[in-house]
Amino acid sequence: MIEVKNLKKTFGQNEVLKGINVSVKPQEVVVVIGPSGSGKSTFLRCLNLLETITDGHVWIEGTDITDKKTDINAIRTEVGMVFQQFNLFPHKTVIENIMLAPLKVRKVPTEKAREKGLELLRKVGLAEKADAYPDSLSGGQKQRVAIARALAMEPKIMLFDEPTSALDPEMVGEVLEVMKQLAKEGMTMVVVTHEMGFAREVGDRVIFMDGGFVVEEGVPRDIFENPQEERTKAFLSKVL
Amino acid sequence: MDIRWDILAEYAPFFAKGTLLTIGLSIVSILIGSVLGLAIGLGKMVQNKWLAFPFKAYITFFRGTPLLVQILLVHFGLIPLFMGETNGIAAAITALSLNSAAYVAEIFRAGIQSIDKGQMEAARSLGMNHVQAMRFVILPQAIKRMIPPLGNEFIVLIKDSSLAAIIAVKELMYWGQAMQGQYYRAWEPYITAALIYLVLTFSLSLLLNRLERRLATE
Repeated sequence: MIEVKNLKKTFGQNEVLKGINVSVKPQEVVVVIGPSGSGKSTFLRCLNLLETITDGHVWIEGTDITDKKTDINAIRTEVGMVFQQFNLFPHKTVIENIMLAPLKVRKVPTEKAREKGLELLRKVGLAEKADAYPDSLSGGQKQRVAIARALAMEPKIMLFDEPTSALDPEMVGEVLEVMKQLAKEGMTMVVVTHEMGFAREVGDRVIFMDGGFVVEEGVPRDIFENPQEERTKAFLSKVL
Repeated sequence: MDIRWDILAEYAPFFAKGTLLTIGLSIVSILIGSVLGLAIGLGKMVQNKWLAFPFKAYITFFRGTPLLVQILLVHFGLIPLFMGETNGIAAAITALSLNSAAYVAEIFRAGIQSIDKGQMEAARSLGMNHVQAMRFVILPQAIKRMIPPLGNEFIVLIKDSSLAAIIAVKELMYWGQAMQGQYYRAWEPYITAALIYLVLTFSLSLLLNRLERRLATE
């Protein structure tokens, strides 16, 4: 589903990703962990070309997105993304936030888009907020709307970039709950997070990144209980 | 200080005509300046620095030189070059528009760049192309922020249109000077002109305040 080969990314002189090789199977939930500055967010943002790729290749469902001829907008409709800072559109109501891309990009009729939007809001438990503006929502509610907005495009893959890092502690649970539900339904997910509980419980595979490399990867139980690499051990001893 | 109402009455029709011309000059220059300014602002934001250079140079020139100099350059240089003879109204509109465009360009650029870059990223991540993201996400938010500075710029432009008197465009200030020249009186012509400018700029700022309030509650 996602195939990453020798992915490199430099910002100026600074090489942030130094050759990443990862593959994600359909319906798999891959959790990326690592210290800040390890390149995990950059890695995630390369998967839908929010960052230009310096070198290497990324295939999304067989299409090489580093190929100049690839229509990246079409790829992005298949790859939903949820941001740390939510990035809801403040000038639009919740339901308008959700409907915008289906209306303008997929050209879905308004009635259908609205129906689908309300259904997604019910799914994330916010049906009564359809006509509210993002400003009036709590952080957890905003992030759930952001998830619904991404899902409205009916993506095949969902990317989560530290989705709970900007939330007050008591709101983390409600967002993780929605993500858990999504995983259960068979969504292919790549999640960058500091929530080790989530990684352990929901992840099919955990990738530990440090210094622009994938240091270690495996099923959560192996990574958390029996890490092989020194750097993994050192990191886990600090966060667990 | 005695006021000579008789000469004010005599000049009233000229002040009226002058005011209309001032309003006309201002409106046309605001419209042309805004459209041109949007184009220049977008041009300056182009990533390629060679493509962006002419737009930056334009803004630097028109913000960095006096409007009076620009008016004279346009009136005695540019307009005769294109039209074969001088034309005060064309020169005034051209100079005011070109000058205003430089400021409007900066207002547009600042407005667009003040929107958090996460907004663009979110729009693009949903599959929108750059134009769609601009149109549906960035500009609606940016325009609200542009209104106060744009209002300022329009008020400045109304006042600056008085410089057109220098090239004998028969707008408000021209008649003020004519009246002073004829009667050697200072207070009557210039207080009158000042009050009329005040009414124009104050009405515009009231209008803009209302627009701002309406957009804020939307």
